[in-house]
Amino acid sequence: MPYTPHTPTDVTQMLEVIGLKNEEALFDSVPAALKIDSLNLPDGLDEYTAFAQFKAMAAKNSTDKVCFLGGGYYDHIIPAAVDALSMRSEFYTAYTPYQAEASQGTLQVLYEYQSLICRLTGMEVSNASMYDGATALAEAALMAVRITKRNKILIDKGVNPQALKIVQTYLSFREIASEVVDADAVEIDESVAGYLFQNPNFYGSVKDFTALTEKLHVHKALAVMSTYPIALGKIKDPGSIGVDIVTADGQCLGNYLSFGGPTFGIIATREQYIRDLPGRIIGKTLDKDGKELFVLTMQAREQHIRRQRATSNICSNQNLMALRATIYLSLMGREGLAEVAELCYQKSAYLKKALAQLKGLKIVNTEPTFNEFVIEVADADMLLGTLKAQGFYAGINLGNLEVSRKNQILIAVSEKRTKAEMDQLVAAIGGALCVR
Amino acid sequence: MRTIETIFDLSVEGRRGVKLPALDVPVSEGLGQALCRETAAALPQMSELDVVRHYTNLSAKNFSIDKNFYPLGSCTMKYNPKIAEKIAGMEGFAALHPHLITNGFTEEMQGALESIERLQSVLCEITGMQAFTTTPQAGAHGEMLGIMMIDAYHRSKGHKRKYVIVPDSSHGTNPATAAMVGYQVITIKSDENGMMDFEAFKAKMNDEVAAVMLTVPNTLGIYNKRIKEICDLAHSHDAMMYYDGANLNAIMGRVRPGDIGFDVIHLNVHKTFATPHGGGGPGSGPVGVSRTLEPFLPDIGVAKHGEQYALTTGGAQSVGKISPFFGNYGISLRALAYITILGANGIRNSAAKAVLNANYIRVRLREHFDIPYDTLCMHECVLSAKTLAKEGVTAMDIAKYLLDFGFHAPTVYFPLIVKEAIMIEPTETESKQTIDRFCDRMIAAVKLAHEDASQFKTYPRTLGVCRPDDTLAIKQLNVRQPL
Repeated sequence: MPYTPHTPTDVTQMLEVIGLKNEEALFDSVPAALKIDSLNLPDGLDEYTAFAQFKAMAAKNSTDKVCFLGGGYYDHIIPAAVDALSMRSEFYTAYTPYQAEASQGTLQVLYEYQSLICRLTGMEVSNASMYDGATALAEAALMAVRITKRNKILIDKGVNPQALKIVQTYLSFREIASEVVDADAVEIDESVAGYLFQNPNFYGSVKDFTALTEKLHVHKALAVMSTYPIALGKIKDPGSIGVDIVTADGQCLGNYLSFGGPTFGIIATREQYIRDLPGRIIGKTLDKDGKELFVLTMQAREQHIRRQRATSNICSNQNLMALRATIYLSLMGREGLAEVAELCYQKSAYLKKALAQLKGLKIVNTEPTFNEFVIEVADADMLLGTLKAQGFYAGINLGNLEVSRKNQILIAVSEKRTKAEMDQLVAAIGGALCVR
Repeated sequence: MRTIETIFDLSVEGRRGVKLPALDVPVSEGLGQALCRETAAALPQMSELDVVRHYTNLSAKNFSIDKNFYPLGSCTMKYNPKIAEKIAGMEGFAALHPHLITNGFTEEMQGALESIERLQSVLCEITGMQAFTTTPQAGAHGEMLGIMMIDAYHRSKGHKRKYVIVPDSSHGTNPATAAMVGYQVITIKSDENGMMDFEAFKAKMNDEVAAVMLTVPNTLGIYNKRIKEICDLAHSHDAMMYYDGANLNAIMGRVRPGDIGFDVIHLNVHKTFATPHGGGGPGSGPVGVSRTLEPFLPDIGVAKHGEQYALTTGGAQSVGKISPFFGNYGISLRALAYITILGANGIRNSAAKAVLNANYIRVRLREHFDIPYDTLCMHECVLSAKTLAKEGVTAMDIAKYLLDFGFHAPTVYFPLIVKEAIMIEPTETESKQTIDRFCDRMIAAVKLAHEDASQFKTYPRTLGVCRPDDTLAIKQLNVRQPL
């Protein structure tokens, strides 16, 4: 049998030591009436045949088109060293680092991860990662409720509509009120626990939220910003504009698209709120001989200690994905990250300008954009279908996420896209619109 | 004593690790000063070799399954087959963009949908549930979804209930989840056999109880013989039965939670189906439901129509969205690969060997340690180090001692109901020879405790660091390297 090393002799000897006649007797404590004799599943396959089966499945997925899809999941360059290092089984087959002495590798990686996230976001503390950007935002909302002891969350209309739904799901079971609002028109009062906004927003626009965070602080409400880590290579960090809790999805930092997961979530805040952070936190301390080492710390917030009074039920971090992000950011470094951000911005600006020249197409964003923008056409379904046939995933059909955005398409440009690919896309869109 | 060099210490001004494609479009004007950061984020500046050497050296400081035996109770640290990594890494899966789902381009992702549908189906067969969702991103996320669906069920009947019942031997996530979904927790003590005290349970059961959360077999490795009675009593009050599938490895292919009458189950694929722990994640926590709870499933799934696979949306009573798409899809793929290779017989065999290994350890160690519930166990056994207390030796001392001999520490001080608990789960992938070496070392530890207990406080000695000062870590909080 694959993966079980027992020889018949081993089994006989072990059963004898235990004092049982056969393997069936191992299950004597299960009531006989509940037992089954077999599963209605196929027989096991050898590794070679199984691989062929999955290879055939993979071939039924299309990954060879030129990709202008974004919306939180980006087709960025992943340096080869990220795979090489994260595929070391000393990392990926390790357990959660509860035994500090046997886990200094993972623990130091996470300490570096927390440090990198703080430097990138301008925050003072980061946990060791969450499931993804959307659930991190939901946990940030719960955190704001805990900190302020207020029961109302405002959510900006620029927040990712899927993340919005997830936040609403989390809040609804706790009977916490939530409302979708516009930062430019919103009234803040003493009932508001936190205001969740996204910058760059889901539609690619970059805004200055300083006035909002100031207004929130006047009323002792918290500013919670969801962001796109690559954009932080160029735009103002949340710390410098007065944000209290930062969240983000970390897929863009060296992780594969993988049909949406695994990715990881970032959550970082100011030091005064550390006791309200969910999830694992790594700290540096000394051992009994006075030597520096890393440990899991502040564990009294967590479910395995605090049970029903924990800050969250979360029991894992997306460790391997946070590891990949740590390696990615180390490789990119100070100049590299700024350069990726600039490439994304410049290429996107080029494409936006070229598309703006076309008849039958409107650029929807009125504010500056980072590397994503929205176009509006007469028939988004038809346009996206035509372009797919020509080898492009030209963008996300926003009408399928929000009825009010029917016929709008969200286009993202990463540093991978070349001028030639963009020129071809513009020609293809121009051609498709002309035919109409 | 300064012993650690981080990426920030290794950084040298002006050094680069990656060469990027050149800008091939005319330069546009910037975003404007008000929106742009003034200085670049203070990331390290390293060469590729600097980074590779640093993380390769760090990896060597870890214990891992590929290097060490992990007798970690409740964690099911079995071997992670390499083929699963190779499968999940194929470009056809790894480069697939999730917003193809938003665009409704189902013909572009038939392979992915097929894999999800197949996983949903095989999990239904293994657990006896009616429907499965693979959207939860970890076991605890699945627990949350399960309790949300139970909550939605009671609300649909016009009454929000107040309580969730858990036994005192439960994992911390159970009460934490109940609280997260807005419930008060009732904890039931264990009886002298290590099972949830039936009479105490009966006394607390009423029409305000929304759910009973049980881990089966429980965290003592014991199968509750009165499981059917518990289900029937809960159902007589229209409370839902929640199965924490953390310990499914012990019984897969032998008994199915759905057949017993459970309404919802979450699985931890990193335990049962051998997906890598990754040093703490990513996990994946698929959730199965009975017919009663099926209408409340989240808003995305997959169905097979003839030879085609289609996306499904939740019904009118769906709890809504808990993940943007299909959770940790890459992890689901690894789980499906493992199940495909094991097949029906391999799954049954895995459970048998897991239980065989655990009982072998229990019997080999019963004369050397106190075993508070010394009965036929399932996938794990719980010992107590309390007999060593008079020598001043604790469960933690034994754990640290083992590290020095290349064994990861067992789970200690859990379950909370056993004093000086040492919880051991060998899994089916360990050989008799490895287990014998481990048992010999455990017996040697007891001998040392009686002969020279003072030695224990000095372990581990060979790992480069010894026991951490956890109090200092909190008192002088250092959670990031300062600029």
